Order: sequence, then C-alpha cells, then structure tokens
Amino acid sequence: MTETALLELSGITKRFPGVIANDGVGFSIAPGQVHALLGENGAGKSTLVKMIYGVMHPDEGSMTFDGQPYHPAKPSEARQTGVGMVFQHFSLFEALSVAENVALGMDKAMSGGDLDAKIIEVSEAYGLPLDPTRLVGSLSVGERQRVEIVRCLLQNPRLLIMDEPTSVLTPQEVDILFETLRKLSAEGCSILYISHKLEEIRNLCDHATVLRGGKVVGSCDPRQETAKSLAEMMIGATLTPPERQDVELGPERLAVSNLSRASDDPFGVDLHDVSLSVCAGEILGIAGVAGNGQNELMEALIGEVASDLNGTIMLNGEMVGHRNPTERRAQGMCFVPEERLGHGAVPDMALWENTILSARTRKQIETNGFLNNDRAKSFADEVVAEFNVKTSGIEHAASSLSGGNLQKFIVGREILQAPDVLVVSQPTWGVDAGAAADIHRALQELARNGTAILVISQDLDELMAISTRFAVISEGRLSAPQPTGQMSVEEIGLLMGGVHNSVGQSGEAHHA
Amino acid sequence: MLRLEPRKEVSQPMLYATPVMAVALTIAAGMIMFLAMGEDPVRAISIIFFDPLFDSFSITEMVVKATPLILIAIGLSFGFRAGVWNIGAEGQFTIGAVTGGSVALIFWEVEGFWVLPLMSTAGILGGMAWAAIPAFLRTRFNANEILVSLMLTYVAILVLSVMTHGILRDPDGYNFPESRLFHDSATLPILIEGTRAHVGFIVALLVVATAWVLLARHIIGFQIKVMGQAPHAARFGGFLESRVVWLCLMISGGLAGLAGLFEAAGPVGQLVPSLPVGYGFTAIIVAFLGRLNPIGILFSGFVMALTYIGGESAQIEMNLPSAITGVFQGMLLFFLLGIDVLAKYRIRWARQYASMEKG
Repeated sequence: MTETALLELSGITKRFPGVIANDGVGFSIAPGQVHALLGENGAGKSTLVKMIYGVMHPDEGSMTFDGQPYHPAKPSEARQTGVGMVFQHFSLFEALSVAENVALGMDKAMSGGDLDAKIIEVSEAYGLPLDPTRLVGSLSVGERQRVEIVRCLLQNPRLLIMDEPTSVLTPQEVDILFETLRKLSAEGCSILYISHKLEEIRNLCDHATVLRGGKVVGSCDPRQETAKSLAEMMIGATLTPPERQDVELGPERLAVSNLSRASDDPFGVDLHDVSLSVCAGEILGIAGVAGNGQNELMEALIGEVASDLNGTIMLNGEMVGHRNPTERRAQGMCFVPEERLGHGAVPDMALWENTILSARTRKQIETNGFLNNDRAKSFADEVVAEFNVKTSGIEHAASSLSGGNLQKFIVGREILQAPDVLVVSQPTWGVDAGAAADIHRALQELARNGTAILVISQDLDELMAISTRFAVISEGRLSAPQPTGQMSVEEIGLLMGGVHNSVGQSGEAHHA
Repeated sequence: MLRLEPRKEVSQPMLYATPVMAVALTIAAGMIMFLAMGEDPVRAISIIFFDPLFDSFSITEMVVKATPLILIAIGLSFGFRAGVWNIGAEGQFTIGAVTGGSVALIFWEVEGFWVLPLMSTAGILGGMAWAAIPAFLRTRFNANEILVSLMLTYVAILVLSVMTHGILRDPDGYNFPESRLFHDSATLPILIEGTRAHVGFIVALLVVATAWVLLARHIIGFQIKVMGQAPHAARFGGFLESRVVWLCLMISGGLAGLAGLFEAAGPVGQLVPSLPVGYGFTAIIVAFLGRLNPIGILFSGFVMALTYIGGESAQIEMNLPSAITGVFQGMLLFFLLGIDVLAKYRIRWARQYASMEKG
C-alpha cells in the first residue's frame, strides 16, 4: 500500500474456549476506502470488528490507527479515536424521541436545542432526513438505522464500521444508504462494510478482505470479481445455486381468509384482511421490511396466541384457527420461527431435548404424557445426519451451535416431520451461503414431495430464487400474490414501501 | 486481574460441585465467626455438623426435620424451574395442617384405616386452595405471586391461631389454645420404635421418585423446564403459561399442605398456634441447594435438617444462641447463590488485558 493506512491490523488472534475466532488476521484500510469484510457466519467477522470497536480485546497482535498504536479498552475510547460502529441489531429505545436516543449514545452531553439543530444539519447533509422530535417507536426500520448512523456521524468518525446494514432495508432505502456511504468515503471517511450480500459488495466496495475459519484467505477488488467467485472464495468450495423446477400443483393445503388481528405489542402492527392460499407443491413467498406484520402473521399461523381466529385459517379444508400449536402440528402443520434461540429452540437444552419441543406429537415421542427419550435422541441423530449439522453431539446445548448449524437443525427438525404445510420465517437469516443453499434445496425438495410451503423473508433474492408465487406485506396488509418473475424489483420495492394501489396492474407508480 | 468469562455451555461437573463448595465455605465462614465470638471453632463445628451424624437418635430426628423440608422443596422446585415463585409455602403448610387436622378432629375417636388418607387428602386440598389464590391473581390480573403468596403466609398463621383459640380448641383443655390430641387412627405410624421418625418420610421418598420421573420422562416436567428457560419457545411448543402457573402452584401448594398435615399428625400430634416453625421458608434454601433436582433435594433436605439438630446441640452443649441455626442457613444460601456463577462462567487471569490498559 503506497499511502499511509488509516487502520492497520497485524497478527490479530482471539481465542474462545475450544475455538480460535481470529487467527493471525492482518489487513489495512486506507483513508476514504470502502473496505468489505466478507465471510461466512462463524468466520470471525463479528469478533474482529468488536475488537476494532473495543468491545473485545485481542489475545495477540497489534493495531495501529493513523500510525499510532491503537488498542481501545472500551467502545468510548474507540469513539474518541474516531471509530464509529452501526450494529446489526439497533440499540434504540422505542419510547424515546430521536434526539433523546442520540443524546444517550453520545459520550459528551449535548443540550436539547443544539442537538436538534445538529441532527437536522448532519442528517440533511448526508441525505438521511430525520425529525429529531419523533418517537423511535413510530419510525420504520430504515429510519431507525438512520438514527444509528447519524449518532455515529455526529462524533465525526474517521472510520465507520457497518455490520450487515442492508438486511432490514427496502431496495430504495439501500440506494439512499449507499449514496450516503459514497459521500462519506469521498470526504475521506473510511468504511468497513460487513455483509454477505455479494452484489452489494461488488456495487459499493473498492476492496474486500475475505475471512474463512478465522483466517484471511484472500483479498481482492470486488468490482473485478463475480458474485459467484466471491462466494466461492468465501466458502472455499464451488456453489450450485438452487434450481427452480416447475411442479404440478396439488390440492389447496393452507388457506387464510380475511385474517385481521390487533397486535399485542404496543409498537406492533395490526393485521388487516390478510388472505392467501398455498397449494401442495407450491412455495409462496411473503416479502416485506421487518416490522410490517410478519411477527403477527406468524403468531396467528402458529397459534401461539389464544384468539378468535376460527374460520380464518383452514388446513386441508379444516378450520384450525381456534386450535393450539400442538393440535395444528398433529393435523399436519409445522413451523420454523424467525428467532432461533429462545423461540425455535431452548438455548440451554440439549439438541435432542429440543426435538421434543415441536416434534413430540408427529414423531411419537410422547405417549400419554410420557416421553420416550430414546426416540427423541434417534430423531435428533437423524436430523443431524440428514441436514449435515456440525456438532460434536446431540447432548450439546442448542446455544453451543453456530447460527447456521442451529438453523439447519431447526429446519431439519420440521422438514423431517413430513408436514402437509410448512410455514417458515426467515429461513436463512444470518446463515452462511453454504448452509443457506442447503436449506433452500431442502425446502424445494419438500415442496416437490407435495408440501405447501409459506416462506416469510426479508431477503428478496432468496424469495426470488425459491418461491413460485410471491406477495408483499406492508403495514399489516398483504398484496395479491403474483407468480415470481412477473414483478420487477422496483415494483416489489414500492410495495414494500407501502405503495399499494396500482402496482401489479401498472408498472408505474409516480406517487411514490 | 480476575475476570469472569462466560462458558459456552453450563458446566455439568460444576453444577454438582458448587453445592458442596457452598457447604464447605459455610463451615469455613462459621469457624471464623466462632473464632471471633471467642468460642473453640473446631469444637463448635464438630458439634453442629459432625456429631449428629454419629448419633442414632440424632439421625432419626434429622429424618423428622427432613421430611417436611423435602416434601415442600420438591413442590417448590417445580415452580422455581418454571419461573413461578411461590414464596408462601409456609402459609400453604399451615392451612394444610388446619384442614387435615380438622378432619382428624371431626372424626375424633373414630377408628379406621381410612382416617389418615382422608386427612392427607384434606391437607393437600387445603394447601392447594391457599396456593390457588396467588395462581388466580397471577393468571387473571398478572399480580406478582411472590408478594401475594408471601402475604398470605401471615394470614394463614392467623387463621390457625383463630381456629385453635376458637372452634378447634380442646373442650377439656383448660382454655389453652390448642386442639385435642389426635387419636391413634389419626396419628402417623412411627417407623422405628422409640423415635419420632414417621411414615411421612416414606411418602417423601415416593414423592422424590415421582418428581424425578415427571421431570425426566414426562411432558409436565418438560413444559415446566421450557417455560422457565425460554417462555417464547414454550409458546412455540404449544404450552400455555397460565396452565404452567396453575400446575406449579397446585403441586407446591398441595405438597406443602401435606407436609403441614404430617407435622400436625406426626411429631406434634395436635393443632397448636406454634405449628409453623419456618419449614416453608427453609425449604426454599433446600430447593436451591439441591439444584432443583429431586435427588439433590433429598440430600440437601438432610443437610438443612442437620443445621437444625446441630444448632440445638450447640445451644445445649455450648450455650450458643438459638440464632445459630438461622445464621448457618443464611450463609448456606448466600454462598450457594454467590458460587453459582462458576457454573456459567469460568475465572480467568487477564494479564495481557491489564497490561494493555496501562500501555
């Protein structure tokens, strides 16, 4: 590197009990560079940036910032040096205003009026309009991310770390974000950009460092690479993308008609007249930005909330709206919720115990209330073997698995119950490319064998790749499903942004 | 610098080792305390913790004390696993003694093998009824069961007092506030002639075995564990929170009621206002010391009974205050809660980190 690097890492090593998260990692970021950090889940990206931001501390190795030795003991030291970070999961208080949230994250106290003016100034300068007086609870996810970014920008960072920032945004919001980042980069602020969305990295970044198994395995200019070559560098193997095959549709398995329900969460979204139907062999995709009623729809479909939904949900022609999850499973409906730990699985329970959670009825683990632990264990073994779950044994706690492996286990647990209807939320959220491809193939295979599948996801590429039909949920309303391929990304983006009328009939929506 | 580092998984060996370490630390701290009091620490500790173990009468007395502790702690352990905090076992114990004891007095001098089972049933139902109040208030109005159950303890003790001063008072008892002595058919058979150890202990052993089966092999135990560890996952699994709350409070209330009746129909032999002596509260320590595990509770029930017997011996032989028992029980819980951190974390020396901060 000819010019002086802004941040330089060399020999960074971090060990956790039983695993080396980072092994002699070294790279450098030039001023104004948009540097991508690319790697599968568990490759050590998060650990690495947490060390740069002072949340964790390296066991070995050194960092320099602007030529000076740099070893932040805590995030506030990193911020003082000029490092800002926007986390994947926001740390915002919904019941407070934008300005209050910004003030809480600042190291130096700033008074009210001053801060409001500053927020407006910075947010407008970077094309991120924000009203400082609004409650965060009333903001969309994209707007919440702006609060986080503005909070960082107010401290004049020289390096901005962004951890998977686009996973919650509509395509239009992504464009706005990228413009902001390019502007920052032009002003000399370096950006360390973590993502697994390869197209984005090719679009935005001018340098990429690839991590695998905690080590740097390559560095390249992503603009010179294809998405496929990047992915292969990342997982160290050749990829075969899922192929969509035309299947003959069977009878209608799941029908939801005019489902309306008020959310239990004060900041949740009420469902309005949601109707859909899924036939055997079909994969219906539901796209949408997070927090537009997906959770409420999922709750209603699983039956987690006691409700008067009778008549609105039909499973194989039978009304199940009043049934509890166990009864719905017995009738042939299985579910994969979005949250892996704490919802789809009990973190501190062994993998085999976690099969009892949702498979006890269909896999005859329970008889008259008594549990056949041997049957639970052999089913867990079967899931681990069939779905290639990397674990040192089914006696280990669910929380000891990496995100991708636990997701494979949970998806496998539901698929191997051979349900008539499978409802999946975020099947590959935070899952590495290899595991995601496995999960996609498994879902398509299941559909071919006559299961009706409903996939709720925020990942458009995923839905485009696997679903046969496609609808968008926004503010608790579901658009009319269209065959995949008949809608353009722009149209979908507008639907995700809440523009309902006319899209689908006319491609143009000037009033957006 | 010492640093706590989270373990990837809860350490199983530590789970078993920590209660033992807590007992050892309690003994060590007790010795320091006796030293400060000017007593011979070795002698005091051996009187409290070791001598009773080598005396056959003391062992049978331990069985007498351990029986109610184990019964109540087993019941509480279900709730504690599910995050249902019944702190009012003492009250349910008292009401169980009143309802079961009333049956004994109604059938006074009536002989029959059925009297004791009927009394036991009444005791269980009494405890359940008392626990139903916090269960209803929690599931209906989301009232905190800790406060409700604790407050009801004092109400229950007053109920017992009113009954023994009123309608249950012995008509031939010179106006003393106590009931008639229960007749033979209403008194628990003694296990070993000449001691106070009664068949209630056999029942406690059966309860331990049943609880073990329920927790390891039954959907009741499974849903209780899931509800306590991940309520959201419990809903996903099809378990209703309100059902678990009711279940836990009925199990713990019923067993506490049974323990109360056993106390009245066993060592005490009648209803007296001083019947509740704190077993319901001590059982909370027993449950945690036993790791909420039925077999563990069987052992910890005896450890706790030992502190009662040893505390009494220390009073008699060394003239130490009766507060000794409470002090040791308190220290035991304190050390157990403190040392518990080792199951989820490991202690590390963090030298590089410290030097980095300086540099």
